[in-house]
Amino acid sequence: MLVEQISVFIENKKGRLSEIAEVLAQNNIDISALSLADTDEYGVLRMIVTDPHKAKKALADHGVIGKVTTVLAVAIEDRPGGFYEALTVLTDNGVEIKYMYACVSHEKGKALMILSVENPVEVEKMITQSKDGITNPSAIYRI
Amino acid sequence: MAILHPEIETLPREEIKKLQSEKLVWQVKRMYENVECFRNRMDEKGLKPEDIHGVEDLAKLPFSYKQDLRDYYPYGLFAEPLENIRRVHASSGTTGKRIVVGYTDNDLDMWSDCVARMLKAIGLSDKDIFQVSFGYGLFTGGFGLHAGVEKIGATVIPMSSGNTSLQIQTMVDFKATAICCTPSYAMYLAEEVEKAGVKDQLSLKVGVFGAEPWSESMRHEIEEKLGIKAYDIYGLSEILGPGVSCECEYQCGMHVWEDHFIPEIIDPDTGEVLPEGSTGELVFTTISKEGFPVIRYHTRDICSLEYAPCKCGRTHIRMNKPSGRSDDMLIIRGVNVFPSQIEEVLLDFGGNEITPNYIIKIDRVNNTDTFDLDVEMSESMFTDDLKSITKTEKAITEKLRSALGLGVRVHLVNPKTIARSEGKAKRVLDLRKL
Ligand SMILES: [Zn+2]
Repeated sequence: MLVEQISVFIENKKGRLSEIAEVLAQNNIDISALSLADTDEYGVLRMIVTDPHKAKKALADHGVIGKVTTVLAVAIEDRPGGFYEALTVLTDNGVEIKYMYACVSHEKGKALMILSVENPVEVEKMITQSKDGITNPSAIYRI
Repeated sequence: MAILHPEIETLPREEIKKLQSEKLVWQVKRMYENVECFRNRMDEKGLKPEDIHGVEDLAKLPFSYKQDLRDYYPYGLFAEPLENIRRVHASSGTTGKRIVVGYTDNDLDMWSDCVARMLKAIGLSDKDIFQVSFGYGLFTGGFGLHAGVEKIGATVIPMSSGNTSLQIQTMVDFKATAICCTPSYAMYLAEEVEKAGVKDQLSLKVGVFGAEPWSESMRHEIEEKLGIKAYDIYGLSEILGPGVSCECEYQCGMHVWEDHFIPEIIDPDTGEVLPEGSTGELVFTTISKEGFPVIRYHTRDICSLEYAPCKCGRTHIRMNKPSGRSDDMLIIRGVNVFPSQIEEVLLDFGGNEITPNYIIKIDRVNNTDTFDLDVEMSESMFTDDLKSITKTEKAITEKLRSALGLGVRVHLVNPKTIARSEGKAKRVLDLRKL
């Protein structure tokens, strides 16, 4: 399924990460998944949160630049080979994954992966037509 | 020390004024006939060449500016037809906004003579071997010094800039007795000589340094480490190149060769000529130059003039080392940089928004200028993809390098982290202690 992700620009300086966490906490925004890609000087922090647009506004007020984009959340069978099977669907169809990271799942026996691809809508269709199916959106936003 | 032309260099001041007056009248007349920009400005003031009788009328004449060279690029300000222009030089570094100057045979002869006067004044002769480590090319440094060295009959090593180990080896092997380069490069050379432990193999006696700001403490360090006497030379290509003024053996200001150049000190805000001894903006009128002459040209350098005769016997005015600029030009590793050039490049990365906020940070580490640029991240530059941000950062770095002719380290920083004062941010943090 498609979910909205918030990405923010973050300088590699002490305290920046906790600053962001603090702003989100003050605004009652929960983080259910998080990944940081960085260089020596800066990075991009990507998060799945309860209300990405509210998060963007709250962070902007604190001088943090953010962008809300659509990514894919894919449920994967929590057993050996589960991840491989999910990936095969994408590689067989020539889909390039820009980045991905894991997300907590409250659905028993399933693991959740967040994937960034060029055309999330098309790729979603591709996945729903595969045997693994999709996960329930509320399972993510609620966490 | 020797004086190359005692009859000119020790001419009584009254005589200098007479000579300047004659030459000024000549220059104004021919420029009025040959240079459209100058003629227009004279007409605007209702002035005719006949109204100028001598140096006492200098302050009536219109000013000229660096912008004129851009507006009339490339040859629009030349006062001689191109067949009489033997050589051109141009500002290095900036692309698109270069300035071009031209020299006739007489100009080249006068230029080399100005440099030769200095070389004599600091004790050089035909017995010397002079390593020219200024860059050769469109920059005036290399060719300017080269011709002066030839004029005094010394031997030239046309080394040009760069390749430090080869510089040192050449100095040692070819027994160079004198060298010229930028002062920061001299500091670097001095350290490398110290590291290589070859100071006692050097034959160097003197160094001629210029083209960027330097301090007395730098002078002492260069002198100490290379075992030489270090002299200051001043010039800018719009006036001549190196050799407009230079120090004599007494190192008490730089003698301006007044038979060719008339200096004035003005208030940069009002344009009023300031009383003798005041500090203000240095303005030059070239009274001998044929190819590219200027009247009351704004150098943007802030300094003062000494009128008293020098201990060396010369009567020509001495200018003190410029203490700053009346514009926002920075000299980084010998290259002129204007914040507006950086702004222009950044504008391309701001999307349809305003220019990204930035701050220029300059320091001097191990005698070399460091040049860093913090750029605030903006909506238009940010994406969720780290690779494309890194790509943007590299693109900014590359564009700046080609626009400035100088390497810069770009850092992307959080928005609103660069201080804004009264709406207009302080754009430059210069930590160099000169
Ligand atoms: Zn003197």
